Amino acid sequence: MRNFRVLMSGIIDENPTFRLLLGMCPTLAVSTAAFNGLGMGLAATAVLLASNVLISLMKPVIPDKIRIPCYVVVIATFVTMVDMVMGAFVPDLHSVLGIFIPLIVVNCIILQRAEAFASKNSVLSSAFDGIGMGLGFTLALVALSSVRELLGAGSIFGVNIMWHSFEPMRLMVSPPGAFIGLGLIIGLINTLRPKKA
Amino acid sequence: MSSSNLVVIFLSAILINNFVLSRFLGICPFLGISNKIETAVGMSLAVIFVMTVASLATWVVQTYVLDLFGLGYLRTIAFILVIAVLVQFVEMVIQKSSPTLYQALGVYLPLITTNCAVMGVTLINMNEGYTLVQSLVNGFAAAVGFGLAIVIFAGIRERLELADIPEALQGFPIALITAGLLSISFFGFQGLL
Amino acid sequence: MEIKRLAVSSSPHLHSGDSVQSAMLHVLIALAPAAAFAVYHFGLHVLFVLLTGMAVAIAAEALILRLVKKPMTAIRDGSAAVTGLLLAMNLPAGIPLWTITIGAGLAIGIGKHVFGGLGHNPFNPALVARAILLVSWPERMTAWVGPMLISAATPLSEFRTSRIVPAYGDLLFGFKAGSIGEIAVFLLLLGGAYLIYRRIIDWKIPVSFIGTVALLTYILPAREQSSYFAGNPLFHVLSGGLVLGAFFMATDWTTSPVTKRGRVIMGVGCGILTSVIRLYGGMPEGVSYAILIMNGLTPLIDRYTLGSRSGAR
Repeated sequence: MRNFRVLMSGIIDENPTFRLLLGMCPTLAVSTAAFNGLGMGLAATAVLLASNVLISLMKPVIPDKIRIPCYVVVIATFVTMVDMVMGAFVPDLHSVLGIFIPLIVVNCIILQRAEAFASKNSVLSSAFDGIGMGLGFTLALVALSSVRELLGAGSIFGVNIMWHSFEPMRLMVSPPGAFIGLGLIIGLINTLRPKKA
Repeated sequence: MSSSNLVVIFLSAILINNFVLSRFLGICPFLGISNKIETAVGMSLAVIFVMTVASLATWVVQTYVLDLFGLGYLRTIAFILVIAVLVQFVEMVIQKSSPTLYQALGVYLPLITTNCAVMGVTLINMNEGYTLVQSLVNGFAAAVGFGLAIVIFAGIRERLELADIPEALQGFPIALITAGLLSISFFGFQGLL
Repeated sequence: MEIKRLAVSSSPHLHSGDSVQSAMLHVLIALAPAAAFAVYHFGLHVLFVLLTGMAVAIAAEALILRLVKKPMTAIRDGSAAVTGLLLAMNLPAGIPLWTITIGAGLAIGIGKHVFGGLGHNPFNPALVARAILLVSWPERMTAWVGPMLISAATPLSEFRTSRIVPAYGDLLFGFKAGSIGEIAVFLLLLGGAYLIYRRIIDWKIPVSFIGTVALLTYILPAREQSSYFAGNPLFHVLSGGLVLGAFFMATDWTTSPVTKRGRVIMGVGCGILTSVIRLYGGMPEGVSYAILIMNGLTPLIDRYTLGSRSGAR
């Protein structure tokens, strides 16, 4: 039950993108099409899950003083693995995401979860936290990239769904559209969220 | 390698493919450390310094270690370690040699390790196959572009502190929208080269 | 510290709703002749574009004021109508009405009210909307036309490809292709003079803006030219959106510096950027991007021109 709460908190209450405002660079950069957003989200989820589990396992042996460099090496190892796997099996997506795959290594979400959660909690909880945060990140990416793809190209996941005379608003798939779109979505979520006392 | 090539790299990294406004690198410090012009200037100077040196260091590591021993697949790990060590080292050197400079830049240095602009520029240098000089110019110019964007942005944000912004948009949302409008105004530089 | 920042940010012109209202009325009066000429020159469609721009801007203003629960009286200041008109005047004459509708909504929403409304927006709302439309629908936004909406090249894009300079009289009196509001240079100059006479705008920005463009386009060689001091400044001053931008957009109170020195810096900066984009950029015209970039720099300009004077750091 507690693990389920950890999982859900990562997806909704502590959504890394919309609530914690972490990992902005890949969110803005790769959200030009829903499929790219999904791919980036799942890649980051894999790294989050693996690094959370390993760091939680290793917490008795990691000296406190050099824990951050240790985390970074662990994360970088998994990022390299994900980078290679994607290069081998989904080369198209791999080339679209470009340097943002190796840059998962400096994604603040992953280091922040290692420091704030995995280093203090059990392996199982850390695994759930990794999945929850990863899915939360994926969800946010897919939401933003779907909006951008729909308005900027008239499709979602490559499927045309706008009327045929629709002229796509190309702003939305250009860099300024990423900033403005994410800003408005976060604003909308702030409006819809029930006010806390 | 002609000098006009270097000018193209330089101007492109600052104005056309601005790191923050067009490539989305270094967004965290751009949004996080841009409330005051002074801190934005301090951060920019620190980033300019680190990115230039990091471009040099990672180029040397790539050419004389990774390529030489066929360890190309270790690039991500090697670069992040080089950057982390470099930032630590720079911090210590500045602390010992120039207390004034340390006071100005010191607080920003630890934050730079996780600045994806630094890691990003080193990866771009390698992907583009830049020479040492080209890497240095690109690293320096990319950081200047970051600095230009963050200082302009800090100026606007200082002014917006007094604005009557709708509650739901206060903080990050309005910062993102402002960044978007700044990004669109930089479109004017497209095709300049 | 707080007081100093207040002094930087609040525009000294905005004391009461009444003064904004009368100023906006003067701006509308100053723009009217050029707008009327455009309707005469291009045809009736332009009238619908202008009216749609103003009506949608006012409607968007009313809707947003209701949504954010601000007093409806703000709509009477007339600033929304000016924004809508300026946006419409910055579009090609053949623009479809749906495009100006989206643009006017964006100008008021993204350009103005997300920042808290009149007096807070860092960028000129009409130019923000124009830039968004240009990125989104570049073909629509560069479909230049002449009379009867027959497609034609603007003098600046014509000059780029063939180096042909049209008759100066045609450029001055507006018998050319271009944005709705930019063609009637002579009438825009009259309107600008009226605003300066009424003390609505400061002459420093337009004079330094246009002067810098004239100087630089004379001195600097265009692309594929090598000789300095061989440019045609008169052509550059009379072409494109320079006069419209310099008198009516760069002088926007909210988005331009409040200090005298700052205004000269603003004008010179706009002039440098416009000349560089026109001579070396990817687009034939750079006035609106130049103004947007200088809008972004305005807080810094104000801060450093005002800061040194008050001496308090």
